[in-house]
Amino acid sequence: MSCVRTNSQEETVQLGARLGRLLRPGDFVALVGELGAGKTQFAKGIALGLEVDPETPVTSPTYTILNIYEGRIPLYHFDLYRLEGAQDVEALGFEEYFSGDGACVVEWAERLEDELPADLLTVTLNHAGVDERSVCFEAAGPRARSLADALLAQRPA
Amino acid sequence: MLLLALESSCDETAAAVVKDGRNVLSSIVASQISIHAEYGGVVPEIASRQHLEAVSLVVEQALREAGVGIADIEGVAVTQGPGLAGALLVGISAAKGLSLGRGLPLVGVNHIEGHLLAVFLERPVEFPFIALAVSGGHSHLYRVDGIGRYQTLGQTVDDAAGEAFDKVAKLIGLPYPGGVAIDRLAAGGDPQAIKFPRPLLHDGTFNFSFSGLKTAVLTHVGKHPEAKEQGINDLAASFQAAVCEVLTKKTAAAVAATGIKRLVVAGGVACNSGLRRSMAEFAQASGVELSIPSPNLCADNAAMIAVPGDFYLGAGYQSGFDLDALPVWPLDKLSARFPGGM
Repeated sequence: MSCVRTNSQEETVQLGARLGRLLRPGDFVALVGELGAGKTQFAKGIALGLEVDPETPVTSPTYTILNIYEGRIPLYHFDLYRLEGAQDVEALGFEEYFSGDGACVVEWAERLEDELPADLLTVTLNHAGVDERSVCFEAAGPRARSLADALLAQRPA
Repeated sequence: MLLLALESSCDETAAAVVKDGRNVLSSIVASQISIHAEYGGVVPEIASRQHLEAVSLVVEQALREAGVGIADIEGVAVTQGPGLAGALLVGISAAKGLSLGRGLPLVGVNHIEGHLLAVFLERPVEFPFIALAVSGGHSHLYRVDGIGRYQTLGQTVDDAAGEAFDKVAKLIGLPYPGGVAIDRLAAGGDPQAIKFPRPLLHDGTFNFSFSGLKTAVLTHVGKHPEAKEQGINDLAASFQAAVCEVLTKKTAAAVAATGIKRLVVAGGVACNSGLRRSMAEFAQASGVELSIPSPNLCADNAAMIAVPGDFYLGAGYQSGFDLDALPVWPLDKLSARFPGGM
């Protein structure tokens, strides 16, 4: 696991944007963090990096469960908090998004249980001050590892 | 026209029988069907979204309560989006089946459009009007020039208002969704006890932001972990006051900017007593004609889908059997339906 620190909300967004620029169809990012940790801000950055129209508000999917954005590839932003478990995921036909034409950014990915993809990048945001955040990347699988490596390599010193 | 309307965009599976887009003969919401009703078993848990199992139950009950048979129905309206594709498809498939089987005209309706027009089931409102749609998933301000003619004036840039309520409820240990419980606690608290921020209040747009307010509540709770009953009531009241003030002032700004003196407040959060009060005060002070549907029409329901459904079918617009779910469907795009205007 590698962690970086962001010193403002804007830096958190920019870090997300750098990840967004690297994403390809089928990529799966699990987003973890407490209430107010900045998950929606980080997702906003990913959307920018995927060339979603900056005028499009990237809003929390907690209630809607899934928000879809059209960028250079589709962005599927999930919050599975309100689901009961894998049977809900199946009932809603979400699996088809996971290996589909877009990138998935998923909050509460643990709800997927056995459906959780083997190759995934987990991004964990933690409070490190009022606006400062510690953002940690943990890769499972070769694709996630190359994403994390590319992201951290391009980070300015 | 006697319409059967279906709604299954998110949590609720619902069916309604509505005459002429105005008179509700029945409106059934699956989560509200009493479990000791005649079904003899457990009504499907809506949290697990078993719309498929619920849809035929709600249709049967809607027909029975309306005292009509399927042969009396003259058209079918169904929520086409926005929402979850998997959930939407359950209603859409059922609507297509009924339409095909009975030779009935079919029309797909926008869920938010249904919310904005639900008020017509209780009283007429003249166009144009300003509409605030506030729910778990939406916090949007629209200018409504007619059925099918909507312009987005502003919207949330992060959390929806209803979601902010639910998340704050969770912070103070209430089960999700807890927006209703906040409203109850707020009644016993002092809305001025804690000075929470009013995000974007003076930014000159009609947009909302509730994420920072949520964080402010989080910070407050972190500093006062020992808060007991009165402290929690004060927190709920102060938080609710902040949300209601932002919603009301932004809405007031939209009314002032457009000069339109008619206002509709719709969606699940329109059930919130603080918001109803704050909007009523604004309307009274500024001579605005305010309409807020009854709580059962503010929450997700199928009757509201019949209002635009009846209009579209009456105007000769029908959906084909290629009708597909539109998970993303901004209201502004609806006017494409009648390119020549209405």
